[in-house]
Amino acid sequence: MAVYEHAYKPYAGPLTPEWSRFLVIPRHAYRDVFGSKLFTGFFAMCFLCPLVMAILIYLHHNLTAMAIFQINLRDLAPINGFFFQFFVSFQTVLAFLLTVLIGPPLISRDLANNALPLYLCRPLSRAEYVIGKMSVLLIMISAMTWIPGELLFLFQSYLEGAGWAARNLWIAGAIFVMSWIWILLLALLSVTISAWVKWRLAASAALFGLFIISNAIGFTVNGVLQTRWGGLFNLTIIMKTIEDSLFREPNSAGLPRWMVLPTPAAWIALALHCAACLFLLTRKVRAYEVVK
Amino acid sequence: MDNALQKTPEPIPEVAVLPRAPELVPAAPVIDLDGLSVTFGGRPILRELRGELRGRAIGLLGPNGAGKTTLIHTLLGFHSPSSGTAHIFGRDIRSDAKQIRTQIGYMPERDSFIANMSCVHFVRLMAELSGLPSEAALERAHEALFYVGLGEARYRKVGTYSLGMKQLAKLAQAIVHGPRLIFLDEPTNGLDPPARQRMIELIRQIRDSGKAHILLSSHLLRDVEECCEEILIVKQGRIAVSCNLEEERKSNLKFLEIETRGDREAFVEAIATLGCEYALTSERRLKLILQNGVEIRDLYRIAGEQEVQIRRLNFKRDSLEDIFLKAMEDGNGDVGHVASLPDRGKQ
Repeated sequence: MAVYEHAYKPYAGPLTPEWSRFLVIPRHAYRDVFGSKLFTGFFAMCFLCPLVMAILIYLHHNLTAMAIFQINLRDLAPINGFFFQFFVSFQTVLAFLLTVLIGPPLISRDLANNALPLYLCRPLSRAEYVIGKMSVLLIMISAMTWIPGELLFLFQSYLEGAGWAARNLWIAGAIFVMSWIWILLLALLSVTISAWVKWRLAASAALFGLFIISNAIGFTVNGVLQTRWGGLFNLTIIMKTIEDSLFREPNSAGLPRWMVLPTPAAWIALALHCAACLFLLTRKVRAYEVVK
Repeated sequence: MDNALQKTPEPIPEVAVLPRAPELVPAAPVIDLDGLSVTFGGRPILRELRGELRGRAIGLLGPNGAGKTTLIHTLLGFHSPSSGTAHIFGRDIRSDAKQIRTQIGYMPERDSFIANMSCVHFVRLMAELSGLPSEAALERAHEALFYVGLGEARYRKVGTYSLGMKQLAKLAQAIVHGPRLIFLDEPTNGLDPPARQRMIELIRQIRDSGKAHILLSSHLLRDVEECCEEILIVKQGRIAVSCNLEEERKSNLKFLEIETRGDREAFVEAIATLGCEYALTSERRLKLILQNGVEIRDLYRIAGEQEVQIRRLNFKRDSLEDIFLKAMEDGNGDVGHVASLPDRGKQ
C-alpha cells in the first residue's frame, strides 16, 4: 500500500508482543499531556519536594555544610519513618492534583467521540484498555512518589551506612506499598469518574467532591451516631489509617481516639471502594452500550 | 458536499478486475454461522443463524432493527452469543476473539474518532493498537490516508473534517493494519453522490485487489448491488435470504420477455414444442422460460421459420431490490437457517 502505488496491501511485517500493546495508549496520551506548558511546569514542580528532602538528608550528614549555613542539627527534622511518611503524604497531594488535571478526559473523551469501538475492535480487551488508560497516571505518579522516595531512602542508606538501612528496611517497603495504594486508588477513581462523567470540568469537580463529600459524610455519621465507623465512608481517614499502620505512626492525623478506625477495617473499606470502582467501570467501558 | 474533500482531489485509480487470488477461495468459509443467537435483556435479537459466507464481498441487508449491526458486533466480540457460535477463518468467536480481531478491520456506522488528534496520528495509533511497530504504523498510516484520498489533509485534526472526510478516515483506520476481513457498517451514510461514488470505488478496489474480504452492511441496496457478490438478508433476527448474487443473476437469464410482430400463434406453438413454458402478456408480448438445452438462437430460428419478427428481447432479471422485497414479503421470519431464494418460477 505504498503511497505511489494506490493499491491495497496486507501488512506482512513483524508484530509487537500482545502484552505490550496497552502501553501504546499512555505513549500517545503523553503527547497530548505534555503539549501543555502549564502542565509540564506543574509536573516539574512536583520534583521540588524530593530535591529539598535530598538536600536535608545531605545536610544531616555534612557538618561542614551545616556550619556554613549555620544550622543546628537539632533544628533539622530527624530522618526516620515520619520523615518519609511526610514525603509520601506531600507527594500524594500533588499526585491528586495531577490526577485532577489529566485524569478526567482519559475515558470521557473516547466515550464522547464513540472511540471505544475503535479500540475494542482490535486485539485489545476491555481490561487492557482500562489498564492502558490507568497507565497514563500510574507511570506519571510513580515517577513522583515511590521512585524518588526509594531513591531518597537509598541516598540516606548510603550516607548513614548499611546498619541503618537494615534496621529501617520497612520504611522502603512502606514507601512502596503506600505509594502504590494511592496510585491505584487515584487512577481507579479517576478513570471511573471519567467513564461516567463526560464533561471534563464536571469530572474534575467530581473527583474533588468525592474526597470532600466522603469526608463530610464520614464525620457526620461519626458525630451523629457517636461511632468510629463513619470513617469507613471517609477516603481520607481510610488512607491515613493505612498510612499510619505502614509507617508505624499511630494516629498521625490527631483524631480523637474513639474516631480512629481499626487498620483491618480500613483495608476492607479500601478494597470495597476499589471493587465498587471496578464494577462501575465494567458497566460503562463497553464498545456499545446495550439498552435493555 | 464537503468542500474540503473536493479541495483534496487525488485520483482514484481505475478499479481493476484482478484474477481471484488463491487465498480468496479458502477451504474454510470466511464466516461460518453455527446456530448463533444473541439475546439482550431476555429479548432475542439474533435467532439461531446458520450459514456459510465465502464471498469476496458480502452484503448484509435488512430493515431497521433486523439485527445487522448486532451480528457485526457479535462477530467482533462486542456481545456474547447467548447460544451457538460463529467461526471467522475457522476460528471460534467465543474462544479466539483476540486472534480474530487481529485479522479484522472495522468501520463503524457512527462518527468514531479520537478528538484533538491529527488524522495521521489517529490512524497510526489504531495501527499500533493492532500490533504494528511504531515506525511501520506511521508508514502504513500515511499510505492508508493517501490510499483513501486524505493524503493532503492528513495533518488536520479529525474533529475539523467534513462528514465525507470522516468516513474516509474511518475507512483508513479500518484498513491500516492490512486486515483479511473488513466490516463496513453503512460506509456511505450521509455522503453526497460524488463522495458516495468515491467510497464505492474504494470498496470495489479493495475487493478486486483480492487481498481482503468485505462484509458490507447497508440500507442502500444500490451500494450492495454495486459492491457485493454475495448477500445475506436478515429479518427479525433470522436469515431470510443468503445467496450468491451473481449466480442468482445468471439463473435469471432463463426468463425472457419478447415482443413480436407477425403470426404469434404459430410462433408460440412452435416454442411450446421445445418444451418452453410461456405466458401471453399482451397482444404483442409474451414471457417465457427457456428450458435446458434451448438457446436464444433457437427462438430466432423458429421466428424465421414462422415469419415472425422479434422486435425486442429482454432478460427478465431480478434486481437486488426484487430479491430484498421478496425476502421481506415472504415468510413470517420463522426460517431458522439459510434459505434459498424464494421460488420465482412462472412469470
